[in-house]
Amino acid sequence: MIKVQESDFCVAEEYAAMTRGNTKAGAVVFFVGLVRDFNQNKKVNALTLEHYPAMTEQVLQDIVQQARSRWSLDRVRLIHRVGRLTLNEQIVFVAVSSQHREDAFAAAQFLMDILKTQAPFWKKEETEKGDEHWVDANNKDTISAQRWL
Amino acid sequence: MIRVLFFAQLRETLGSAGTEVPHDESATVADLKAFLMSKGDSWQQAFSNGKVLCAVNQTMVQDDEKLCDSDEVAFFPPVTGG
Repeated sequence: MIKVQESDFCVAEEYAAMTRGNTKAGAVVFFVGLVRDFNQNKKVNALTLEHYPAMTEQVLQDIVQQARSRWSLDRVRLIHRVGRLTLNEQIVFVAVSSQHREDAFAAAQFLMDILKTQAPFWKKEETEKGDEHWVDANNKDTISAQRWL
Repeated sequence: MIRVLFFAQLRETLGSAGTEVPHDESATVADLKAFLMSKGDSWQQAFSNGKVLCAVNQTMVQDDEKLCDSDEVAFFPPVTGG
């Protein structure tokens, strides 16, 4: 299940959807990305996420497919929000279930690392002083993604 | 015609979300870039820093990619989602 949406998501409901009627999985790993108050040396109040709608879902499907071909996975849920988000709001949700924890941990990490460097989303931050700037791509994220390539 | 789209910082720098370019001006992505860069200083600057990424019909490509009539070509900065 892959969704790109403006609205928020409920982790409890998403977790329930991962486990409901599922007797095969022995492990669920999930990650939630949040808007934090400090980034690239600036105090941040909010951010706006833009994307390339025609391409986003295609890339996310492809990333999930890659994860399925590398690890033995059961269910995968991926939600990414777009639009304006304020401090502490949820941005992204990735959940993976598997028979064993090793595959679930690795696949969840893979999905986030590749999503951050390949999915066409862009963040624009608003600072405390009221000015706006586009977030620069982070070299650390590129290095994290490269370990899988 | 080639349908061209711009996203994020690139869209703001150029003051344009997209344009159309005749296919004979854009046999490859590199040709299309050269054509766009001839449109003015801000266009020249935006495409000359080497950081602009390109997708043709929603798939990431390199500059030597050949274009077909009615392709959708998107240019954008490195992605920062997640």
